[in-house]
Amino acid sequence: MSYEEKGTWVYLVTCVAAYGVYLAIVIGRAAHTPVAQVPYVAVLLWTTGASIAGSIAGRVLVETASPSGRRRSDVRDREISRFGEHASRWFIVAGAGAALIMAMARWDYFWIANVIYLGFVLWAVAGSAVKLLAYHRGLSPAR
Amino acid sequence: MTKPTRITNSIRALRFAHGEMTQAQLAEQVGVTRQTIIAIEQGRYSPSLEMAFQIARVFSVPLDEVFAYPDGA
Repeated sequence: MSYEEKGTWVYLVTCVAAYGVYLAIVIGRAAHTPVAQVPYVAVLLWTTGASIAGSIAGRVLVETASPSGRRRSDVRDREISRFGEHASRWFIVAGAGAALIMAMARWDYFWIANVIYLGFVLWAVAGSAVKLLAYHRGLSPAR
Repeated sequence: MTKPTRITNSIRALRFAHGEMTQAQLAEQVGVTRQTIIAIEQGRYSPSLEMAFQIARVFSVPLDEVFAYPDGA
């Protein structure tokens, strides 16, 4: 497994874990408070920060346990990365579009922030999944 | 999802004909990861034209001795 493929796995796992923790905390708080009034900002910022830090730490740990022959991306890694981000971009578009409509309809900030956050998470998860599929099943951009 | 390439190659045979060159050695000379050489050999990745020429240059053979595109593909 190449350095970048390992990094994609680490990124996927940390994104899912961070969002899972976020949802668990927010849903737990919603049991006692009306959903739109649940304090979410600090949790969102902390889980996002933890996801970034966890991704870096996870990559270091994985490389320590199983060092890669080369720790730089090559042309195939870059093509796969571009392909994954291109294929998953619709989640960002959908999140932003939904947030725009919700803002125009004067929804609570809670829902607007959360639909944007969900869009980012789905973009990251779908992008990582597409990249991992491309690593395993092949990539032939010319076809 | 993308499909594997129809381009075939003789990289494995050429490596063995060149002193049993390893995938890692070829990767080093081309400037890519060993996983990329494996993916090309297995037909899971179509290299760029530039990388194809670099691989052919390592073996000192013309491009069409390394890569082929079957008729009707």
